[in-house]
Amino acid sequence: MSTAQASYYDRRGIMGTLGRDGLLQIILIANTVLMLAPIIIMVFSAFKTTPQIFQSPFAIPDFTQVANFLKIWNETNFLRYLLNSFVVTGASMVLILTLGTMAAYALGRYAFTGANFILMFFLAGLTLPLKLAIIPLFMLMRDLSILNNQLSLIFVYTAMGLPTTVFIMTGFIRSLPSELEDAARMDGASEARIMWSIMLPLVRPAMVIAGIQNVVPIWNDFFFPLVFIQNDDLKTLPQGLTNFMGEYTTDWGVLFSGLTLSAAPIIIIYIVLSKQFIAGMTSGAVK
Amino acid sequence: MPHLRMTGRGLWITVLIVPPLAFVALFIVYPIISAFAYAFFDWQGLRRGDFVGLENFHTVLFVEPYRSWTINAFTHNVIVFFALMVLQNGLGFLLAYALWRELPGARFHRIAVFLPVVLSTIIVAYLFKLFLHPLFGVVNISLRGIGLDWLAQPWLGQGSTALWALIAAQAWHMVGFPTLVFLAGMQRIPGEILDAARMETESEWVKISKIVWPLVAPSATIVFTLLFVGAFNWFELPYIMAGLDGSPYGSTDVLGLYFYRTAFGNVSAGQQDFGLGSALAVLIFIFIAAFATVMTLRLRAREIQV
Repeated sequence: MSTAQASYYDRRGIMGTLGRDGLLQIILIANTVLMLAPIIIMVFSAFKTTPQIFQSPFAIPDFTQVANFLKIWNETNFLRYLLNSFVVTGASMVLILTLGTMAAYALGRYAFTGANFILMFFLAGLTLPLKLAIIPLFMLMRDLSILNNQLSLIFVYTAMGLPTTVFIMTGFIRSLPSELEDAARMDGASEARIMWSIMLPLVRPAMVIAGIQNVVPIWNDFFFPLVFIQNDDLKTLPQGLTNFMGEYTTDWGVLFSGLTLSAAPIIIIYIVLSKQFIAGMTSGAVK
Repeated sequence: MPHLRMTGRGLWITVLIVPPLAFVALFIVYPIISAFAYAFFDWQGLRRGDFVGLENFHTVLFVEPYRSWTINAFTHNVIVFFALMVLQNGLGFLLAYALWRELPGARFHRIAVFLPVVLSTIIVAYLFKLFLHPLFGVVNISLRGIGLDWLAQPWLGQGSTALWALIAAQAWHMVGFPTLVFLAGMQRIPGEILDAARMETESEWVKISKIVWPLVAPSATIVFTLLFVGAFNWFELPYIMAGLDGSPYGSTDVLGLYFYRTAFGNVSAGQQDFGLGSALAVLIFIFIAAFATVMTLRLRAREIQV
């Protein structure tokens, strides 16, 4: 009797677990379909003519039909926008990682008066929504004569990226052991030499995290170019996309291939480095 | 000699710290402080005029038509915040819980749920604008295809559905973020606590509400606060999907659009006003700062209680 009862409860337990896990699995599958369907439809549509998109939006296209892409290649400024995005994002990242590592190294490796205050100063920048200061920023860029110049973007992105970078890297640099450093100092190595040859090779993992956390929002940003850049030849990809979408409103095949081309670089990198992306982009929110 | 060494060291620290500090001071701290100052002046285009005290604040809060615009936009931000709290953070928690069980395919599902997060808002906005097209959009084509013709609405073209269409697009874009933050929180729950809970109760609901939810409180604090700041800064997605005027007829107008329109003007209303724009920016800023602080403190208190 008691064994029968026990096995009854066991069975119920297993069935219950299966039922619950089954439900959760269904939720996950449904969500994944919902997440991927828009992206798949976008890519499929990029290889279709506009009438094909209207008639059979879900059909698998003929992937050799690249007329839409050729049109973008030949008729639009798309390549220019892409190149501009690379230049602006690349320059900003170099500045963010260089300056961020410098500040974090000073704050993490040396004890000096005012260090805590300076760290607080950087952290204050972490929470302030800079969009709301766009009017003074606009005036500042005008006074510096870099409106309609990609330097305005590079400077703002650098300033915006520094707080998170300093935050992530200071914690990391602080946690490094000091034996190597002390030994080098005994041997008479200069502080600069210690930083460059001994400590910097060790901070690469933190640089990757800080880099990814910043590179995605910078690459994707639309707001600052909208305000600072007017000249079509200087526009970055998200901003250029708005031009382009306005120009080809009725040619949906071209619109979808434009969106696909814009999304492709980051999607491909994300798929290859998904682990680092997820760690990097949530690192500010995960203690 | 030790003294000289200290000076060298001080110089070295200065060299390291001053350039990054200068960037933050010039491009973040200075503009934000200036934004406050700007709001107290009358502006003629790009030229600063007379000191007018609180007049700009008075205008955007109490003088028509600004008063109605401000209230209208603010109301929409509040709706957006609460709707996303459910659709983005609520769903995110559920998805995190499902992913946490490490069922077959969990790794794939995790990559998929975060994929939209890495896309530019501009791409997401255009994509959904095309999908929601009344005649040719894939949403209405599908609805008609399964016989739900009555449901095939001009989603972005009518006031009753436009804001909700934007909210849905936003939730699709960002649901992966709270999901993975919650998941990281759940993965840090010690195994002993879970085993003990499993002994005590059979009920899944009790386990979630009494064990998991309180223990991921730090994650909740962060995603709630970030959502709050994001919801009241919302700009790109409505700008692309609904336009600078928050069409149709202001039914999707939010503070971000309203602020931008007031500060920089738009095609239809041409007039740009840095004074009123700055007053709006300052009010939004104070509101966000005050509320986010209160929210964070209350949510933190909850963390400690547990």
